[in-house]
Parts: sequence; structure tokens; C-alpha cells
Amino acid sequence: MAGITFREAARKRILWTALIAGAGFLMVFGVGLHLQIADFRASTPAFVRYQILSGMLMVGLYTVDLLAVVMTILTCVDTLAGEISSGTIQAIAMKPMGRWQILIGKWLGFAGMLAVYVTMMFGGTIAVVQSVAGMTPQHPLRGALLVFLECLIALSVCFMFGTWFSTLTNGVIVLGLHGLAFMGGWLEQMSGFTEGERLSLAGTVVSLLMPTEAVWRRAAFEMESPLAGSLPQFAIFSDVSLPSPAMIGYAVFYLVIVLSVAIYHFQQRDL
Amino acid sequence: MSTPAVQTTSLRKKFGDKVAVRNLSLEVPRGSIFGFLGPNGAGKSTSIKMLLGLVKPTSGEAMVLGAPAGNVEARRKIGFLPEDFRFYSWLTATELLSVHGRLSGVSVKALRDRVPALIELVGLTPHREKRLGSFSKGMLQRIGLAQALIHEPELVFLDEPTSGLDPMGRRLVRDIIRTQRERGATVFLNSHLLSEIEVTCDEVAFIREGEVIATRHLRGNRGGETQVLVRGRHLTLPMLADLPGCTAPPILDSDQATLTISSHDLLPEILRRLVSSGAEISEFTPQRMSLEELFINLMGEDRGL
Repeated sequence: MAGITFREAARKRILWTALIAGAGFLMVFGVGLHLQIADFRASTPAFVRYQILSGMLMVGLYTVDLLAVVMTILTCVDTLAGEISSGTIQAIAMKPMGRWQILIGKWLGFAGMLAVYVTMMFGGTIAVVQSVAGMTPQHPLRGALLVFLECLIALSVCFMFGTWFSTLTNGVIVLGLHGLAFMGGWLEQMSGFTEGERLSLAGTVVSLLMPTEAVWRRAAFEMESPLAGSLPQFAIFSDVSLPSPAMIGYAVFYLVIVLSVAIYHFQQRDL
Repeated sequence: MSTPAVQTTSLRKKFGDKVAVRNLSLEVPRGSIFGFLGPNGAGKSTSIKMLLGLVKPTSGEAMVLGAPAGNVEARRKIGFLPEDFRFYSWLTATELLSVHGRLSGVSVKALRDRVPALIELVGLTPHREKRLGSFSKGMLQRIGLAQALIHEPELVFLDEPTSGLDPMGRRLVRDIIRTQRERGATVFLNSHLLSEIEVTCDEVAFIREGEVIATRHLRGNRGGETQVLVRGRHLTLPMLADLPGCTAPPILDSDQATLTISSHDLLPEILRRLVSSGAEISEFTPQRMSLEELFINLMGEDRGL
């Protein structure tokens, strides 16, 4: 099943289209970075230059992160929901294998495709910044793995709701949840500036419901230079409210639980 | 003695408040072609899905090839053509069969011969490298039938296999079904086309409101319900009413009578009694009831959906 799913992504040109769009993004990003450097005056302090370029690097990586999550949702939202409603799944589900194998096979196929996408986009962004500005993020591998984890969470949530709802409803729910996580992440971030406990709690509760954005903020912390991250007035991804390693542990646990619920419900339901 | 290919006892399925299958009890002998007939909404497709493990019964028992319905090992020996077969439109016909073959546990080596042979069998050789997205409904049915047979199953469920097919396609399906019987497979055929069932099946079950209301043997057994046309002089209603095995009141119109009797085996006895009662018989013609007549008799006239 994993092989078929991966082949589907390639054959339906999903992966290629996404990578071509990604190449467009890298080009625009590279040109923007180049123009920014050209606009520096001789009098611009090195410290400010560093902050600006660090900020641009993080904006580039954040865009990659958003693209990866949106691409995850758009590509997998139909895979179970659509096949159940169209009846396509019947010819597969009666084959001599457990339903969990079908679901895990599809999940692995998508995970493989997302791994390729995240690697290419992350690698491309870092290569552009390195060649144009001579900068590299602090821990690119850790950052890429966390973004990949974020995609896997979105993928699993898509699979879980796909065993219950139609394609459209599934898409609305998962995009809505990611939007909620996005808002929760920013609430937490803002609470860091004012040290507001209630705002922080609200952000944390939302992150527990959908931890994708919290994972990104940890990824940003891992990749951003310590100097840039410690100066909130200069950096939008500053570590004023940082998700702890325990939150990442929770995100992994969340992924396992969501995937288990998806498997359980897929096994129980009528097709 | 081998177990039946399919055996169900009081199988029932409810979707919310709606009863889709009320009380399905049937037995399908191995090696037979079994027709499953009923009006729209009678619960035929749900019944097949329960036998395949796609739908969980609310109550009752179903055994398929000697194992509980849905058993993974039993499914290895089962082929299935769903109603309105569709699959990933980006696959070619050859790839589709390879995928289904692999998922059914057929080795790559065996598929090398089997895939082109099956594509040839269903008449799609010129289209073998075309994507399913460009296939017509009839072509999809043909390739769907091929995928159901790719692992040479012992039991094949065909849900409306001739749907969307032209007359040549329907004939092809009939021939393929017969080929399955020749190799010893059991075919469970759900079809609306009574003529298809009549010429193809050995036995048929009539289902109404999720319940088997009658079964009939259609091959090699002349014991089924029969109508007889009798012409002659001195025929009387009391004489006809006294005949054994009548399942409906005899109809007498002057010198011509129509009898409905329960079994072909009673024909010699009926003729003997008529003659001994004083009738002068000039014609005595058994007229086997067509499946369509039987279907209408059993189901009643269309009362709308």
C-alpha cells in the first residue's frame, strides 16, 4: 500500500507540482534576500545586518513549514474519506490483509512523500541563504525533523477524521484545527512579551488540542541563532515563550494516539 | 464432505433504525453458480458486503469457505467485483491487475503470465497500457472482473457484473462465469438481469426486504414449479381441482386448461389421472415458468420505491 500511495503522489504529479511551486518560492526568496543585502548601506551596523538576515532566514523556513503542512492536508485529505465514499476502498479492503495494514501502508506512503518534500524545500532554503548571505541555521537537521513531525501530525489527524467524515468536511476540520493551533501558538508567543499567565494558558490548551504550531516554534528555536532568538524586539520567532521538550514528547504521543484512533475506527466501521 | 461455499444463519444488519437485511439464511454449494435476486433495496449488496467482511452484521452467523465471514485467510481465496467498479484513475489496466494480484498474494512471476492472459480474456488487450481514467463504464467493468479473478479464487462474488456492458460484453461475462464453474470455482452472482441469471445460474435465491423468500434450482433438476397447458374434451373444474400437486387454482377455458404444479415429477401421474377421469387429451405441454414470471409472482407487482 505504501508503494502504491507513493506512486500515486508521483503519478498524479502532486509531488512534482509542489516541488515546482517550491522552486518558485526559493527563487523569489533568493532574489528578495539578494535585494535586501544590496540595500544595506555602508553605515548599517553589522549587528543589524545580522538580525535582518537571521529574520529573513527564519521567515523563509517558516514559509517552508506552512507550505509543508498545507501540502500535507491538501494531498491526504481525500485518501481515506474519498475512497470510502466512492467505494474504491471495497476492492482493497476485501484483500487478504488487515485494515490496519491498509491504513499504515497509506500513511507510510504519504510520510515518504512528505520526507522528500521537506528535505528538498528545507535543503533548498538553506542552500539559498548560504549562497546569498553566507548564513546557516543553528541546527537544521533538528529543525527539519521537527517540521517533518508537524507534517506527520497533520497527516494523522487527516487520516483520523477521514475515517469518519467526507473529504470536504475532513479538510475543513483539519485546516480549522491547524488555524486554531496557529492562533494558539501566537497567543503563547505574545504572552511571553507581557508574561500574561492567562494568555499563556489559553495558548497551551490550544496547543494541546493541536500541537502543530508548538512543534514549529520549537523548530524555530532550534534553528535560530541564540543571539537573534534572545532579542524579542528584533526577532518574530524569538524564544520568549518556548515549547519545552516535554511538549515535543506530547506531540509524538498525540501523533501515536491519533493514528491509533484512526486505525481503530477504520477497523470498526462499515465500508 | 466439504462445507458449503457460503452458509448464513439469521444474518441481520441494521443501519440506525433502518433494517437493511432482516433474516438472511442461505446455503451456497461449492462449485455452483448461485444467483441472488431481489428488487432494489432488498439488501443484496449489504448481504454480499457482510459475507466479505466489509460490513459487520448486527446479529446472526455467516461462514464463507468454512471460516467466519471476513476471515483474512478465507479472503485469500475470494474474488470480488463491486457494483460500479472503480479504482485509481492514474493506473493503467496492466498496473491495476498487478496491484490487485500483489495485494492478493500472487507472486510477481505468476503475474507476468496471468496479467496479459486476463486482459486478453476480458477483451482489453489494445487498452492494456491506457489509464483507467480514459476507460468507459463497460471497460471498467471488464477490468474489474479481471481483477476479481487475478488470484484464481475459489469463490467469486460478482455484484451486477453486466452493469454498463453491451450485449457482447454480457455474453463475455457469461462465458467467463461458465469458465469459473469448469475450473471448480463457486460464483455468487448478484444481478438485476433475470435473463442473465436464468441462462447462467444453477440455483437462485430470491430476497425481499432482507430475507430469502424462495430458492429454485435452474439446472439439471426438472423438479421446479411448472405450468402445464392441457387441451382436450370433457375437462371439468372438479376434475382439475382434484389433481395432485397444484400450487394455484386451475384455469379452465372451454377445451383448454392451465395447471400450475409444484414439480415436473408429477406430470405422468397427472396425465394418467386426467385420462382415467374420462378426459380426452389432445395436447399436454409442460411450460416451465420463466424466471421473470416467478420473480413477479414472488415479489408482487411494482408498488413503487
